[in-house]
Amino acid sequence: MLAAKLDNVAKEYVLKGETVRALRGVSFEAPEGDYIAIMGASGSGKSTILNLLGCLDRPTHGTIVLGNDNVTTLDDDRLSTIRAKRIGFVFQAYNLIPQLTVIENIEVPLYYQGNITRKARERSVELAKMVGLGSRLGHRPTQLSGGQQQRVAIARSLVNDPYFILADEPTGNLDSVTTAEILDLLDHLNGEGRTIILVTHEDDVGARSKRIIRLRDGQLESDVRHRD
Amino acid sequence: MFILWLRTWQLGIKSLWLHPMRSLLTVLGIFIGVASVIWLLAVGEGISRKATEQIESLGATNVIVRTIKPAELSLNSTRGDMRGPTITPYGLTRDDFHRLKSTIPTIVDSIPVREIRRQFTHAGRQIDGRLVGCTAKYQEINRLIMDRGRFIEDIDGINRHNFCVISSKVAERLFPIDDPIGRSINIQSVSNVPDPYVVIGIVQEKDPTAGIGGSFSAQDFSNDVYIQIDTFWSRFGDKIITNSGSSIEMEQIELSQVTLQVDKRENVMKTSELIRMTLDKHHSKMRDYGITVPLELLEQARTTQIMFMLFMGLIAGISLLVGGIGIMNIMLATVTERTREIGIRRALGAKRGDIVRQFLIETIVLSVVGGLLGIGVGLACVPATDFVWWLLSIYCPHVVAALPDTVRNIQPIIVTWSIPLSFIISVVIGVMFGLYPAIRAASMDPIEALRHE
Repeated sequence: MLAAKLDNVAKEYVLKGETVRALRGVSFEAPEGDYIAIMGASGSGKSTILNLLGCLDRPTHGTIVLGNDNVTTLDDDRLSTIRAKRIGFVFQAYNLIPQLTVIENIEVPLYYQGNITRKARERSVELAKMVGLGSRLGHRPTQLSGGQQQRVAIARSLVNDPYFILADEPTGNLDSVTTAEILDLLDHLNGEGRTIILVTHEDDVGARSKRIIRLRDGQLESDVRHRD
Repeated sequence: MFILWLRTWQLGIKSLWLHPMRSLLTVLGIFIGVASVIWLLAVGEGISRKATEQIESLGATNVIVRTIKPAELSLNSTRGDMRGPTITPYGLTRDDFHRLKSTIPTIVDSIPVREIRRQFTHAGRQIDGRLVGCTAKYQEINRLIMDRGRFIEDIDGINRHNFCVISSKVAERLFPIDDPIGRSINIQSVSNVPDPYVVIGIVQEKDPTAGIGGSFSAQDFSNDVYIQIDTFWSRFGDKIITNSGSSIEMEQIELSQVTLQVDKRENVMKTSELIRMTLDKHHSKMRDYGITVPLELLEQARTTQIMFMLFMGLIAGISLLVGGIGIMNIMLATVTERTREIGIRRALGAKRGDIVRQFLIETIVLSVVGGLLGIGVGLACVPATDFVWWLLSIYCPHVVAALPDTVRNIQPIIVTWSIPLSFIISVVIGVMFGLYPAIRAASMDPIEALRHE
C-alpha cells in the first residue's frame, strides 16, 4: 500500500494581488516503509509540500491521497481529523506544549481523536520508554534538553499510528551528537517499518534516507533512490 | 466524551494556573461585580424589609383614622390666660365612629382608641406614660403579647370595672419586687386626684413603631397603661386638662384614633375613599383628622423597592460589564501570546471547535472563579456589616451616634435568588466575553500560527 501519493499537485497563492506558483505539478508516490528526504533550496516548494502532506493546506490542482484517504478536497474539520488520526508531525522547534508534561504532550493527538482510554495511556507510556524518557513522564518541556524534547515529539508523532512521520528539519536546532541520536532513532523506526518523510536542506541528514526528492522552483528536479 | 470535557477543563485550569497573578487580577472585575450585586441587593432588601414590616404591622386590611390637632388651634392655642381657658373641641367623635361603622358595609370591625399622657403611681413610685382607652381588639391589632394575666375585655367596660393592663416597663418601675397582678395603681384623674385601678395583666415589651409616610406618627408602647374605652370615657370624659407647671392646657377630644378593618384587600382603597368622604361631610370646618392606609404605603414601598433594585442592578451591571471587558482584554492578549500553541494543537488534529472550546472554557473558568469568590464575599455581607459597625462604634462613636436611626439600623438581608443569579451572570459573562477571543484563536491559519515566534 502507498503511504502517500501526489498526482500533478500544484499550489498557487495570491500575494498582494500577484499569483505565486509555489508548486507546479509535482507527482510522486511514497510506498509504506519508505524513508524519503525532500530537499531543495529555500523557495523551492519544500514547505508547501510539507503543508500539503501534513493536511495543513489544500492543493490548487492535482490529487493527494494519504493511505486510503483522498484528502484533496476535504474541509477543515475533516483535515483536522486526518491530522489527528493519520499524520505524525515532528518539527524543527519540537513544538511541545509548555504547560503539559511529557506524557500529556505525547497524548495530545489522542485527545483530539477523542481516544483517552487506559489502553491509550499505556501506549503513550510505552512510546515514552521507547524514546528513552520512561523516567521523565511528569517533566515539563522546559525541564528537558533539546534532544529529549525532540524525542518526546517523535513519541508524540507515533502515538496515533500514522501513515507516515512528517519531519520538518528535525535536527535543525540540535548539536551534532544529538542530531546523530535523533537520526539513529528515525533509522530504527524506519527499520521497524515506519514510513518517514523528512524535509531538510542538510545533505548529511538527507543522506540517511533511502530516497531523495529534490525540488527546484516548485518542480521535481530529481527523485533518486540511493538505498533500499 | 465526558473525559474529553473533563480534560479540557483541567487544561483550562492548568493554563490559568501558569500565571496565577494575572488570572487573579483578571477575575477581580467579575469578583467585585458579583459581590456588589449581592451586597447591594442585601442592603436594599434590609431597608425595604424593615419598612414593609413596619407598614405590615399596621395591618394590610386596616384603615387608620387619627385625630390631628388642626394648625389654627395650635397657633392661637388652648392655653389658658387670665380670662380662663377657651376650648374648641376637635377630632374624631363617637358619632363619626358609629356613622362609619354602620354606613360602610365593607368595614367588618372597628376599634376606637383614646389616648392621653398621664402619671401613674404606686407606693410612692411614679412613672409618666400613655393612658390608652381601647377595646379588647386593640391587643390583636397592635400585636401585644401578654406576659401575665389577661388583656382588658369589653365586659370590663360594661361593668365599669376599674381594671387596667400595664406594660412590663411600667410594672418594673412601679412594682420592683412584688407581683403587680391583683394590686392597684393610681392613675392621675381629671381633678388630679389619684384614682386606683386593679392590674389584671402585663404585656411584654414591644418595639416602637416608626412614623410612616408623615401621616402616621411613631408610637412608643413602653410606658403604656390600657383601660377599657367606656371606662375611660366615664372616668375622664372628653375634656382633658393638663397642668404643666405655669400653664394649663385644655383639650376636648372624643377619640384619638379609629382603626377600621376592611373585609378584603381589594376593598381597602375604595373603603378608605368612602371613609374620607363620610368624614369630610362632618369635618368641613377644620382639617382635624388624617387617614393612613397601610396597604397604600405598602404598595408605595414596593414601588420604591423595585426602583431601588433596578438602580442597584444598573450599577452592578455596569461593574460586571467592566469586569467582562477586562477578561476579554486579557484573553485577547493570551490568544496572541499562545498563537504558537494554537498552531501546534491545530497541526496535531484540533478542529476549530476544539480551539474555541478550549479558550471559552478558560474564560468561563476565570469568570466562574471570580463569581464564586464574589459570592463568598457577598455571603459574608451580614457579619462584615456588623464588623464595620463594631469598628465604627469603637473608633468613632460620635459619628455613629450622629447617624439617623434608619441608617444605623440597616441590617442587610441576603436575597436568596441573588446567589444563583450572580453565578449565572458570571457564566454568561464568561461565554459572552470569551467568545470573541476564542473565535479569533480558532480562525488562525495553522501554518501561520506554527511559524509564529
